[in-house]
Amino acid sequence: MIICSIQLIFFCIKRQLNRFNIEIVHESIETKPGNSLKSRLEESVGVIVSHCYQCGKCTAGCPLNEDMDIKPNQVLRMLQAELPGYEDKLLSSLSIWLCLACDTCYSRCPQEVKLSQVMDFLRQESVRQNKVNPKAKDILSFHKAFLETIEKNGKLNEVWLTLNYKLKTLNMIQDVQKAPSMFFKGKLNPIPSRIQHVKEMEKIFQRISENEGGDK
Amino acid sequence: MARIGVFICHCGENISATVDVAKVAEEAAKMPGVAYAMDYKYMCSDPGQTKIIEAIKEHKLTGIVVGACSPRMHEATFRKAAEKGGINPFLCEIANLREQVSWVHPRTEATTRKAIDIVRTIVNKVSKDTPLFPIKVPVTKTALVIGGGIAGIQAALDIANAGHQVIMVEKSPSIGGHMSQLSETFPTLDCSQCILTPRMVEVAQHPNITLHTFAEVESVSGFVGNFDVKVRLKARSVDMSKCTGCGTCWQKCPSKKIPDEFNAGLSYRTAIYSPFPQAVPNKPVIDRANCNYFQKGKCGICKKVCPAGAIDYEMEDEIIDIKVGAIVTATGFDIKHTDFFPEYGYGEFKDVIDGLQFERLASASGPTSGEIRRPSDGKIPEKIVFLACSGSRDKAKGIEYCSKICCMYTAKHAMLYKHKHHEGNAYVFYMDIRSAGKNYDEFVRRAIEEDDVHYIRGRVSRIYEKDGKLIVKGVDTLMNAEPVEIEADMVVLATAVVANPDAESVAQKMHISYDKHHFFAEAHPKLRPVETNTAGIMLAGACQTAKDIPDTVSQASAAASKIMGLFSSDEMTREPVVAVVNRCMPPLFTTCTGCLLCLEVCPYHAIEREEIKDRRTGEILKVAAKVNAGLCQGCGTCVAFCRNKSIDLQGFSNQQMLSEVVALLNKPF
Amino acid sequence: MKVGFYPGCSLEGSSKEYSKSLFAVSEKCGITLEEIKDWSCCGASAAHSLNHDLSIALPARTLALAEKQGLSEIVIPCAACYGRLAASQQAILNDKAILEKTEKYIDMAFTGNVQLLTVFEFLQKYIFPVADQYIVDKLNQKTACYYGCLLARPKDLTKLERPENPMEMEKVMEKAGATPIDWAFKTECCGAGFSMSRTDLVAKLSGRILEDAAERGADSIIVACPMCHSNLDLRRPEIKKQLKKDINIPVLFITQALGLSMGISAKELGLDKHFVPTGKAVSCIVKKEA
Repeated sequence: MIICSIQLIFFCIKRQLNRFNIEIVHESIETKPGNSLKSRLEESVGVIVSHCYQCGKCTAGCPLNEDMDIKPNQVLRMLQAELPGYEDKLLSSLSIWLCLACDTCYSRCPQEVKLSQVMDFLRQESVRQNKVNPKAKDILSFHKAFLETIEKNGKLNEVWLTLNYKLKTLNMIQDVQKAPSMFFKGKLNPIPSRIQHVKEMEKIFQRISENEGGDK
Repeated sequence: MARIGVFICHCGENISATVDVAKVAEEAAKMPGVAYAMDYKYMCSDPGQTKIIEAIKEHKLTGIVVGACSPRMHEATFRKAAEKGGINPFLCEIANLREQVSWVHPRTEATTRKAIDIVRTIVNKVSKDTPLFPIKVPVTKTALVIGGGIAGIQAALDIANAGHQVIMVEKSPSIGGHMSQLSETFPTLDCSQCILTPRMVEVAQHPNITLHTFAEVESVSGFVGNFDVKVRLKARSVDMSKCTGCGTCWQKCPSKKIPDEFNAGLSYRTAIYSPFPQAVPNKPVIDRANCNYFQKGKCGICKKVCPAGAIDYEMEDEIIDIKVGAIVTATGFDIKHTDFFPEYGYGEFKDVIDGLQFERLASASGPTSGEIRRPSDGKIPEKIVFLACSGSRDKAKGIEYCSKICCMYTAKHAMLYKHKHHEGNAYVFYMDIRSAGKNYDEFVRRAIEEDDVHYIRGRVSRIYEKDGKLIVKGVDTLMNAEPVEIEADMVVLATAVVANPDAESVAQKMHISYDKHHFFAEAHPKLRPVETNTAGIMLAGACQTAKDIPDTVSQASAAASKIMGLFSSDEMTREPVVAVVNRCMPPLFTTCTGCLLCLEVCPYHAIEREEIKDRRTGEILKVAAKVNAGLCQGCGTCVAFCRNKSIDLQGFSNQQMLSEVVALLNKPF
Repeated sequence: MKVGFYPGCSLEGSSKEYSKSLFAVSEKCGITLEEIKDWSCCGASAAHSLNHDLSIALPARTLALAEKQGLSEIVIPCAACYGRLAASQQAILNDKAILEKTEKYIDMAFTGNVQLLTVFEFLQKYIFPVADQYIVDKLNQKTACYYGCLLARPKDLTKLERPENPMEMEKVMEKAGATPIDWAFKTECCGAGFSMSRTDLVAKLSGRILEDAAERGADSIIVACPMCHSNLDLRRPEIKKQLKKDINIPVLFITQALGLSMGISAKELGLDKHFVPTGKAVSCIVKKEA
């Protein structure tokens, strides 16, 4: 059992090292008129930022409003204003990573602005432009660990995800005390379950990353 | 041979920016029958009209075409000019080069070509035009006012005071409308009932006003000056001529748990009831749906106790026919209720109330005698939160418009609360403060500055109940969008103003148009705000759009003055665009075969059966259709249905329409 | 009767008891669940956070497989998976360009003719018509029905009648002989996927939910989402630290609660797999009066 776990850890470290070669390529995008964050958002997601009339209902209902550095309505405000400096501030904010996509904002928005989709877009843009807020690193690491796990296995295995995440964040102690009891309750499968056609999964990831290269 | 003049208007730059107007005039001059063509910057202006008049005289024109804006805008203007020039006004036609060309196309050659084509069709039509003469019809100088709220009351009194007869129809048992439910009115804080009830009494006592309460309009037919209206007098179950309004019946009525509409559901009434003590007429009706006698066949107490013997269970609805010359539609509005707001508890929290309920709480005649108390436990709220824009300006809820009155009445509510409870805290969540109006903004400032009402800019996301408090989750967008959570004792939603639930069916009965929110449509948003598209039917008050009392009263008086204008002469002229059945020499008399299909399809009942008789013997030679020019609205349905083309619409005859098409088909390429 | 089934990753791992109890209840009522062969992960919040196309393509693969397998309906007990699959299906059906792009990514045809069922819809459609004959016990306790985000929002996907105060779960619990309480946090967010990355925020949000349920006297909390369950159950020590008080209300999956009323044993329903002991909820149960 223990040997098994150690092997697993080593395997993960190895994979992690390999991964450095294919880290997401960061790039800087110049802000030109017509190529503003707002116009790219409107084009790719279809959310029209000017629909927001700043009533603040989104922020009022947001479960994490207190923890956000830029409140949900202010995120839209900054997109609307298109003033110099706003884009950087937005892309390096913590808020865009704190959004849980619970959709409380959208469900009550009088103007039906799909804010969670705006947040998704800003997250992706923040990664692309290498502007991720340092405080959001754990969240990003988790998302990355998650996607890597399913790219390799087709489905999630919580042990793998956890180990992968721990390697990324070097936060080894967290939740260690939970592992034994989870294991004995049969909730942890140390042997990663995989889908039959794992290759298909890798291909999907590959095609999408190629297509995005083509879009640029 | 026709001598037609063509006048192309630039409409400032409205037309000339996209259409090569000089080219249009130049091409028009070459069209067959055209004797003169020109273009000018503003054809509708005085110098423009003078040019038309002079051209008619100088070039001996027999007809004119004006290429300008929509005929709805200036057809009448140019026809008057044609008449001044000495030709029959119906020989002047409009080619719509603005709405149909310049406003909808870019500046290209094709756009100019389209303009030329439109002019060509109209020129050909004018060459087939015949002189027409206005029709004169008598006017019934009685007005019908539908709705007995402040709008209807004002309009009725104005018309009646001018010496004309007025019939008022109100669907509820008393007149007074929403205004009778209000506590104080902004921006003066004078008592609503104090200023309204004298007017209500005046209506009841006015010699020129006939009042039908508990009555509804069934149908409207006819036309301006001569409407035939059927009114349903709903069975009151109380003989109005015997009842003295003593009140014994409703004191003894055993069904006491019916939500009271007048108190916005905050108290109960009996099954036989008069809505409120100042009701006009102050005589009760039986609400049959909630009456034991009508539902279960047992009871009959009111009949036993009535000292005047006025209770009549056998009374039936009665339909009366009335003839009126003009109608004021003043059917009022409704508000959204608290159950419209899922995020504020689906109307299930008793202490979340709407604005009208607050009015009743604040009103001296209300269920708490003017003390502001929570509906749940009767306690005086220490913290009260007002939410402006509840449902208004909310596309997601299907109401994108501003309800206009809420900013003001919310300031009033907060003020009334603070005046009664100096120690209490009042908060107002708002998006914008819209207080345009005489002394309005000063009023809102007074609430903030003198009465210490806390205004917070932001919308509330959610309200929930916990330990007898209402947790209000809002935001202060002026304070870095800080979340705000208030533990309130009571919440008042300034809910959206909406059309009455039966507005659509009322509009259909009256043949007037309405918008997607079922507010009635005015004939022109700026220049004809009190008329509808149906001649002779006016609008007053909030049935058109959300309005406060001053605006409502102004519009009601305006509607009244329109009607007084209509009643100022004994007969009125109508456009001669009506259908006619052709006539020819005997032995045919007419090509009409008397199938009378037209009679069946005419929506205005304007077609009659006519017997053509031998003058000497009285023998019936032929049966044919005949159009009553007074009733005909010129819709053309009969023309479309006539099997052998024996009916034509004057001004739009088959031949005239065909000539327009032919002009297009035969155009030189 | 056969119904398609998409378990999703959690139901094979940390929420095995959800799957176990769903199968137990279905079996009792004569419903066979047919798993989509070689299904893969829906992508969860990681995919839509980092890559829009991926968040559509991952669920699309599974849906295309279900189509291939000839399943006309699939039940997706995990609220998060349901949300992703339904959103993906909707996005593809609403936009031809997305359809073409996605078909290329997954290298399979996609028609979108598989009907997706939430656990409520499944219970309503297949279990409710026959449930009464199998319900032998009364849960006899106050339950706080907790929907979280993904069962209530966005409303066009979840199809709830009253998204701000849904009653679908309450109807199930009433059938099972429980008394659902009226409470304020049924559709508030538990912290969802932050379980590992921002445990502090999960403790805060889940703490509020737990506190309201406790203050209003709930004996148990009923959930229908593995994420909600693990945040409310597994994260109880962190919540305790946050609230500075110990709340020991057990958290049951809706299918476990329903299973209990059908006389299925606690072990068969996986009630032993919880971190917060479930004995309190089980001990309330009484025989249903005939």
